Amino acid sequence: MTVKDRQLPDSYGYFGQFGGKFVPETLMSALYELEQAYLEAQADLSFQQQFHQLCRDYIGRPTPLYLAQQLSAKIGGATILLKREDLAHTGAHKINNALGQGLLAKRMGKTRIIAETGAGQHGVAAATVCAMLNVECIIYMGEEDIQRQSSNVFRMKLLGAEVRPVSSGSRTLKDAINETIRDWVTNVHNTYYLLGSVVGPHPYPMIVRDFQSIIGQETKEQVMATYHHLPDCLVACIGGGSNAMGLFHPFFHDKSVKFIGVEAAGRGLKTNRHAASLVAGRTGVLHGTKAHLLQDRDGQILVTHSIAPGLDYPGVGPEHSYYKAIGRATYVAVTDAQALEGFRLLCDTEGIIPALEPAHAIYYAAELAAGLPQNQLIIINLSGRGDKDLDIVAKAIGMEL
Amino acid sequence: MSRIASVFRPGYKALIAYLTVGYPTLETTYEVASILANNGCDMIELGIPFSDPLADGATIQKASYQALQQGITPQVCLEAARKLRRKIAVPLVFMSYYNPILSFGLEAFCQASVKAGIDGLIIPDLPPEEGAELEATTRKLNLDLIYLLAPTSTEERISLVAEKSQGFIYLVSLTGVTGARQSLPPELEEFVRRVRQRAHQPLCIGFGVSNPEQARRAARIADGVIVGSRLIQLIEQDATFSSLKSFALSLRQALNLI
Repeated sequence: MTVKDRQLPDSYGYFGQFGGKFVPETLMSALYELEQAYLEAQADLSFQQQFHQLCRDYIGRPTPLYLAQQLSAKIGGATILLKREDLAHTGAHKINNALGQGLLAKRMGKTRIIAETGAGQHGVAAATVCAMLNVECIIYMGEEDIQRQSSNVFRMKLLGAEVRPVSSGSRTLKDAINETIRDWVTNVHNTYYLLGSVVGPHPYPMIVRDFQSIIGQETKEQVMATYHHLPDCLVACIGGGSNAMGLFHPFFHDKSVKFIGVEAAGRGLKTNRHAASLVAGRTGVLHGTKAHLLQDRDGQILVTHSIAPGLDYPGVGPEHSYYKAIGRATYVAVTDAQALEGFRLLCDTEGIIPALEPAHAIYYAAELAAGLPQNQLIIINLSGRGDKDLDIVAKAIGMEL
Repeated sequence: MSRIASVFRPGYKALIAYLTVGYPTLETTYEVASILANNGCDMIELGIPFSDPLADGATIQKASYQALQQGITPQVCLEAARKLRRKIAVPLVFMSYYNPILSFGLEAFCQASVKAGIDGLIIPDLPPEEGAELEATTRKLNLDLIYLLAPTSTEERISLVAEKSQGFIYLVSLTGVTGARQSLPPELEEFVRRVRQRAHQPLCIGFGVSNPEQARRAARIADGVIVGSRLIQLIEQDATFSSLKSFALSLRQALNLI
């Protein structure tokens, strides 16, 4: 890899042929303003110190890198480590980015923060940070997701956020983003859009990646301190791709480290009821960015499905599309049923209830580990805990609550 | 002179109508487009429906959704344009989000559009920064690629659009999505003045324009007005289209009085 790769995205917001800013003119100036403010904040030591101090004292970082001994023993192959983002405040990695962008919004003097949410984890993280920073917070959430993640809706409301149901389209994450963009177009003068994944127009994929890269940076220090060598493989689930990019990015130049992104195959890749944009999609433009996209032959965006609401999205971050194009990462897909197996496997072996999103990564990593020797190190990003998913899982496995 | 350029004559204010192709039916689109062209409209924007119209308010969202349910595709829109071209003489412009065009193939889409008698393209999620590839094709084919400006556009962006936009410049009257509004923002005159200082193209104001009084206010400072959501509401309210026809005439009258 060349030095150039380190500097992506380029000044136009592109990672190779992916990325860019495909938004209505009304938002263009706001995106330039955001980029400028972000670059200034990045260069400001006091901003960085504030972010890192709150990562430690508020989020509880660094999160542990846990040796999953029982899981590894049960599989009988490679050694599996879990990056415990489920132990971060609010129960998922989403808080890292919400904190960083919340501080940025405050610094920019914005008095109103809006955000989309799918599983509700980003909504909860945004509501949390807004409560702490004393800023008005409005969360757009699809009606379908409100129904299946009701405990997170309650948490957001307790934290003082207004949750606005979105009833258009598939009533999931994609439609929540549409509605948040419409709000932003209308209220751009005083409103900060706190986007939750490495998607959307430039500079969002860069900003979210940078704030989430704390996951990979810590992981690298932790694995070197204990094992004195790099891991062989990193495995993470991918909806928009923020937890995966956060883990992968700091290892980009460590060529011996394999990256595997696990998408949602839903009811199967042949059913059209899935959300595997990198595995089964083609290049398109949605929500301001050019990346892999699930679309029909006429360029209409397809309705997706995954048991994990956080993966239920037809697009993906442009940097993942780039990693795929240059062969830096491998992308695979795991079905709802397999994710449930991964979910139960971690409950049984380690006493950890994972969110359904990383349950996809657990399943795939377990399959992969089985064929490898013990001296191989696999790190799974355990991006969130499963409390929010108990209703879905109970229904899926036919257990009475 | 392109068909679009010929609409803008000194002292004359253009009236531009937006229709979502296939809403509620294709037959409606043919009939309404003819009514509009015969009753004071100078140009018709044919909206290609998209699954995720993020610059549109509730009215056009609903129209797009229902048009898609009817099986309206870019191919069907091209057919519709070809048919309309034989019936009416006013310029026809496609309004489409970028992805359906990208998916069709930029060059193929432009060629098919020209063949169908389309005179220009308006793409609300394609700022000039991202338009270079499409522009190369539209310029070659003499298809006008019409860019948009908004009240939030900086002087630098106004200059950029003034350098690139062809046919006219679409001025978004307000910070917001499409849809009929009670009133237009007080800063409209100042916005148009800022653009006028830098741009030589005709300026047309759209978003929110929904009655003759608003049209007149907009046309006093601009070269044309664009009406969309209000027309769609009238199509929904009166299947005989007589209120749509009288609405178009009232707009024309208001513009002629300037």
